[in-house]
Amino acid sequence: MMRSLVSPDFLVKIDHRQCRRCKRCVQGCGFGALSFQDRVVPDNTRCVACQRCVAFCPEEAITVVRNPLAFKGNDYWTANDIKSIYKQAEAGGMLFTGMGNDRPYGSYFDRMVLDACQVTNPSIDPLREPMELRTYLGSKPNALEFVERAGGAGSGGPGADMAPLGATLATRLGPQVALETPIIFAAMSYGAISLQAHKALARAASLAGSLMNTGEGGLHKELYPYSDRIIVQVASGRFGVDQEYLDRGAAVEIKIGQGAKPGIGGHLPGEKVSQEVSQTRMIPEGSDALSPAPHHDIYSIEDLSQLIYALKEATRYSKPVGVKIAAVHNVAAIASGIARAGADFVYIDGFRGGTGAAPTMIRDNIGIPIEMAIAAVDDRLRLEGIRNQVTLVAAGGIRNSGDVAKAIALGADVVAIGTAALLAMGCHLCQKCNTGNCSWGIATQRPELTRRLETEEATERLVNLLRGWSLELKDFLGALGVNAIESLRGSRERLRGVGLNQVELDVLGIKPCGR
Amino acid sequence: MKGTFPRIPSGCSITGILNKKAKRFSGADVIRSIRLMHDRSNGLGGGFAGYGIYPQYKDHYAFHLLYTNEASQHDTEYFLEKNFVIDRCEPIPTRPHPRITDTPMLWRYFLRVKPYVVEQFSSSHNRELVKSADEADAEKNFVVSQVMEINQKIGGAFVASSGKNMGVFKGVGFPEDIGEFYRVEEYEGYMWTSHGRFPTNTPGWWGGAHPFTILDWSVVHNGEISSYGINRRYLEAFGYHCTLQTDTEVIAYLFDLLHRRQGLSLENTCLALAAPFWKEIDRYPEPKREAVTAIRQVYGSAMLNGPFSLVVGFTGGMIGITDRIKLRPLVCGQKDEVVYLSSEESAIREICPAPDRVWTIRAGEPIIVKLEEGVQP
Repeated sequence: MMRSLVSPDFLVKIDHRQCRRCKRCVQGCGFGALSFQDRVVPDNTRCVACQRCVAFCPEEAITVVRNPLAFKGNDYWTANDIKSIYKQAEAGGMLFTGMGNDRPYGSYFDRMVLDACQVTNPSIDPLREPMELRTYLGSKPNALEFVERAGGAGSGGPGADMAPLGATLATRLGPQVALETPIIFAAMSYGAISLQAHKALARAASLAGSLMNTGEGGLHKELYPYSDRIIVQVASGRFGVDQEYLDRGAAVEIKIGQGAKPGIGGHLPGEKVSQEVSQTRMIPEGSDALSPAPHHDIYSIEDLSQLIYALKEATRYSKPVGVKIAAVHNVAAIASGIARAGADFVYIDGFRGGTGAAPTMIRDNIGIPIEMAIAAVDDRLRLEGIRNQVTLVAAGGIRNSGDVAKAIALGADVVAIGTAALLAMGCHLCQKCNTGNCSWGIATQRPELTRRLETEEATERLVNLLRGWSLELKDFLGALGVNAIESLRGSRERLRGVGLNQVELDVLGIKPCGR
Repeated sequence: MKGTFPRIPSGCSITGILNKKAKRFSGADVIRSIRLMHDRSNGLGGGFAGYGIYPQYKDHYAFHLLYTNEASQHDTEYFLEKNFVIDRCEPIPTRPHPRITDTPMLWRYFLRVKPYVVEQFSSSHNRELVKSADEADAEKNFVVSQVMEINQKIGGAFVASSGKNMGVFKGVGFPEDIGEFYRVEEYEGYMWTSHGRFPTNTPGWWGGAHPFTILDWSVVHNGEISSYGINRRYLEAFGYHCTLQTDTEVIAYLFDLLHRRQGLSLENTCLALAAPFWKEIDRYPEPKREAVTAIRQVYGSAMLNGPFSLVVGFTGGMIGITDRIKLRPLVCGQKDEVVYLSSEESAIREICPAPDRVWTIRAGEPIIVKLEEGVQP
């Protein structure tokens, strides 16, 4: 009998001469792709190429290769299309996947280059001169007002003229969260990822002066010590939201949409709702956690405004309240509406943004690239004179510090990294987060898997990543001849396009290289 | 003429002289001072700003214009007549000079804003961006808009200066030659600033010479603003159009926006433009720490980054300031009631051999010098 029309994606090759039959690989595989019957026997159909077995084999006896099984060449019907149809014909369901859009749409980041100083404006050596990355998350007024102080600066000679200030600040700024680097961690919920991973993100954010984001899964008690470095999210399911949750956060984020699945809700299957998850999310153990597509109390912008102010009231205006949306066609107008609705920050998630689980078709076919979204939103807010009112957080496919620098030059204040943070913890981007079998102990709740993620080590790796990228950002600034991140922010003059057409250049607001 | 060239980076020499008792003195001194720094410029730009030079028209907006052709003059005058009363209009006096060639047509106009024009303007631009504190301020907003419109829309016309009782004389050439060409020594002012230019890549463009101005603000600048891209976008949101493709113009507009329109003191404006480092700010005592932190938070896009030393002139005073790691030189000197700012000490001693005091100013710390109290410019 035919097993299935769906052929395995990968083949696991065991070198039985090298293998000393320690069975570590068998235990290590979260997907059950390896078993032991006198010797290690792979089940290729289950292998996702997460490389756990490869990394832990003491004898380097395992290789995972792409299944060379070829369909007849067809540039239109790809192997992926064909296999997906076989799968759906067999099961009759929707295709599901994890992580971000992997389709070959290309990247605008890869079509932009940064400037550097030569001669007339000197570059600055970041090893010798201070380089400032500090960024404040929160709404700023357009102008400050000062009131004259009695006996302030006079004008009796150059010395007296130099007296600083001479007036008292009358404007009261809204709440601001200081970031020592403009890179924060994207929203990933406890439930989608393990408590170990969640804790590592929180500790790393705390050590690096950055922020982590709870996602919509509530805040576990073990993260309380780091709460001044945590954005607490309020999503359509309202899981884990109560007064204490809001009080614990450094900032509050209303999640409207997500780059990987704009316009649709979320679903954490009951098997992932362990006792701990159930307590943190405040739902019964083993029950499915369903996040509706829209917030059922938000059907228009004025409803959103009400929720923003309800959260501000609940937190006594002591912390920034922001809104996260997916980058969709009309993102600029939506962001403007959000700013006017009273948000202190707008978080925009591009179509490369990751997810713990999303329908593949949604992930791969909805949304726009974050580069375009940043440019459009920044332009629109400036045009309306409300750019200072919101901090613009950009996310969705930030792969390295070059992407960070370009996103900031386009106009983002802060970038958020999700996939990159997971990779730092050991993720191999096998895109099977939705199965809950993560062999690396990250996107799973199975205790035998989660316990292999050492929180200490993961924390250190995350801190290292932020440090490495921050050092590189300082190098970019030095090369650009500036010594503070705000001099790069929105400075599109320092970007040039390579191989972009005029319309794309116009939307990005940059010149082609050579001009 | 406009917009045809890419942005032009440049090195340079700068000088400023202020008599704090508002005694007027000839432009000859400032020419001598800038002449000494001949080697800091390369003959592709020089200029002067004189304050107090038009006492007989001190309440008029003195517009100095450069025209490349008669049509641009015709269009500009037609444009000006719509909204201004032109009380006097004449060519700017010059003398033939062997090293100053390809001169544009140089005219000056002494203008009063017609009644009702400002009111009309303010009501048709009632966005927050042109909101003004009082009537005088509203008139100035209107004048700024007119300068922007000429520079932006009338081909071949360029406003060199637009302030009251001040004027800018600039062009392509060594600054001392430009000074002789414009007969700068024949004017008397209580304050003079000057600039010698060393652009690394330039067409001979008269509009690209310093000082850059808006209203009575004038800026002479040695260096390059590496943050120009964001400074420019920031200013555009407030109705300033950077048409001159030279980084220095943003400085004049930033002073106009932050000090005149938003009401920041000169000290605080300087704190925004050449902000202290966070590690210094964190050590300030309260409430200074909170105030300076707020300035950086709110005015981050206005911060000038990259190498600069500046002399900024305004009615009744001048400011000397450098970038916060001082990548360009600036020296201050004082003799009795006269204060000097210059790229080089030698250029001060050239005209004031025995100053009471000469000192190098510190990175990012402004020297703000004003007329003595009670002294009218």
